[in-house]
Amino acid sequence: MTNAHPLITEVNALLCGFFVLSAFAMVVVRQIGACIGVFIAQSLLLAASAFVLGAQPLSWHLFAVGCVTLLSKPIVIPWLLRRLVPREIYTAREISQSLDVPTALLVALALALVGFALGARLVHAAPVSAPENVIVGFASLLIGALVLAVRREAVPQMLGILAMENAAFLAGIAIAPDFPLIAELAIAFDVPLLAFIVALLTRAVYRRVGSTAVGELSALREHAR
Amino acid sequence: MILFAAVLLPVFGAIWCAFPRSGRAAPFVTALCVALSFLVALWVGARVAGSGMLVAFDGWVQVDAFAAVLMLSIAAVACSATIYSVGYIAHLRQPPRRVRTYYANLALFIVSLMAVSVCVEPGLVWIAVELTTLLSVLLVSFTDTRDALEAAWKYMIITLLGATVAVLGVLVLFWAQHVAGGTAFSYAGLAADAHRMNPTLVAAAFALLLVGFGAKIGLFPMHAWLPDAHSQAPAPVCAMLSGVETSAVLYVLLRLSPVFRAAPGLHADIWFALFGAASLAAAALLIVQTHDLKRLFAFSTVEHMGIIFLGASIGTATGNLGAIWQILTHALTKSFCFFVAGAVGVVAGTTEIANVRGLQRYAPFVGTMLLFGALAIAGAPPFAIFLSELTIALAAVSSGHVWIAAVLFIFVAIAFAGTIAKVAGMALGTERAPGNHHPLPASLVAVIAVAAVPVLVLGLWVPVGLGTLLTQAAAQMTSP
Repeated sequence: MTNAHPLITEVNALLCGFFVLSAFAMVVVRQIGACIGVFIAQSLLLAASAFVLGAQPLSWHLFAVGCVTLLSKPIVIPWLLRRLVPREIYTAREISQSLDVPTALLVALALALVGFALGARLVHAAPVSAPENVIVGFASLLIGALVLAVRREAVPQMLGILAMENAAFLAGIAIAPDFPLIAELAIAFDVPLLAFIVALLTRAVYRRVGSTAVGELSALREHAR
Repeated sequence: MILFAAVLLPVFGAIWCAFPRSGRAAPFVTALCVALSFLVALWVGARVAGSGMLVAFDGWVQVDAFAAVLMLSIAAVACSATIYSVGYIAHLRQPPRRVRTYYANLALFIVSLMAVSVCVEPGLVWIAVELTTLLSVLLVSFTDTRDALEAAWKYMIITLLGATVAVLGVLVLFWAQHVAGGTAFSYAGLAADAHRMNPTLVAAAFALLLVGFGAKIGLFPMHAWLPDAHSQAPAPVCAMLSGVETSAVLYVLLRLSPVFRAAPGLHADIWFALFGAASLAAAALLIVQTHDLKRLFAFSTVEHMGIIFLGASIGTATGNLGAIWQILTHALTKSFCFFVAGAVGVVAGTTEIANVRGLQRYAPFVGTMLLFGALAIAGAPPFAIFLSELTIALAAVSSGHVWIAAVLFIFVAIAFAGTIAKVAGMALGTERAPGNHHPLPASLVAVIAVAAVPVLVLGLWVPVGLGTLLTQAAAQMTSP
């Protein structure tokens, strides 16, 4: 940060540090209920970072982003999931991940390094108020993609997508703080819609297949039948 | 106003379907609203061909010639797909509640697609693209079978993953323009500031957008979900997904291409050409070995997206003309093919290539139309696609990109052979009486008969107004 209070810079850096930790946790936490908890924590970190960055110089845009994030991600999404997705799966532990925990962590670490390198190149190329947001954003985006590859259950896969979106916006509040508000508001409505559609589909899968292990669905391919 | 009418008219259909008592009228009201929206889109096309631009909100919602071509393609396919649905969905015998939800969902999906064509602010465009995914997922899973749910899930996860990557691309693009001192965040504004933008940031935005939207377009190697989704969905939805949804997203990349071209050292054209050639080649080889008619047409969509990318990568006005024309001809022809594939499913009870034989004998209309569609989509003269592919090949040769013409020729020939070999067996072949032979609903016959007209006629004659739109659009792609 170029002209902000040093305390703000440090608090924001701390938030970003926790953010990257939450991205790692998303890969390894096995219980689905706990996975939702990690996602809520991550969304709170994103909102906090928006508030901190919006404090100086004062930016209503960022405050609005923070408020919308607070409202939609930690509140509306868990509520939608609880209403629409069958209750049994929250206490279920996901046994059959496609990678075991140490391997997944190693891959996540490698992806984080790639993300750090990419983000670092960008913040060297152009001035930005909070470079750590960009770097952590890129790293967490890649780790989020890994969640999709590793997880076989429906809800964690969706949380992986939402975690990627969190990561994109963590970078976004630093690189595009005055991104047109209309677009941001619409994106905020888009996230609950996404959760709603995914939850409906999850419910349909549960009814038809008897489980929500979407990773096990693999009938469609060229020579299967 | 007129733009909003074109985009939002189907909403009334959706609202009607939301009422539990809308009952049997729901399909007809939706079809009427979508047909009206098509008429308004035709009017928009005529106005744009005359005056060059229609503006609703400057810098946010406006339509120029290129957007008008896309809008016309979407509206035409949407109109025929909705009317086709009337008979097709009734044939599937689903409970009335599901049917109403289908029409409401279809209408909103059409709105989101039309929105992609009228928005010019990348943030809004991104939202529209994301909505096209969210609003079509439940259409893909409509039949509620295990396979359909699997296809819908893959479709959703991969395209939403792409959208999340793309949103970071949009944000980086905004950053690049902001740092360069630009203010107007729209296609035209970005192109105007492109020369001042930091090349590293533009390159990052390009990579994120190409990968993110590429997943939705079905570019190789991110195409794996596409044949599943485009074969499990009900036929009219396949027509929308394959015919216009993929090319609407491709349109966004083409709109942004002047920005990428201006970045020194990025060589966006080469990347376009590489992804285009890879998609074309992979799809041509997959067509040869596929076992299902709808999957065959889905692979053919990957092939055509590759061809459009190749055309756009040439960078000359003729190349652009070919690419844009291909967007239109592919939309009309591919939707026609899926309509026929749906009809094959109705009369033969399956779309497995090996299990359908001798359609010509027991369902002569479907058999003939299947041959007609296969020849048209494979690029035989004198159909419309032949002309647009020829334009791209000529543009490649005349601008010295001989390798593009060679790739195009080789793999289009392979795809042609594969398509015709498979389809000929289904249409001609020796008769094998199907166990569950159904008559064809009237709305299917009507839509197939009418949709066949432009597939052939646009290969022989291009109306003056459409020609004007296409040439204007080709010019706008290089300097918007």
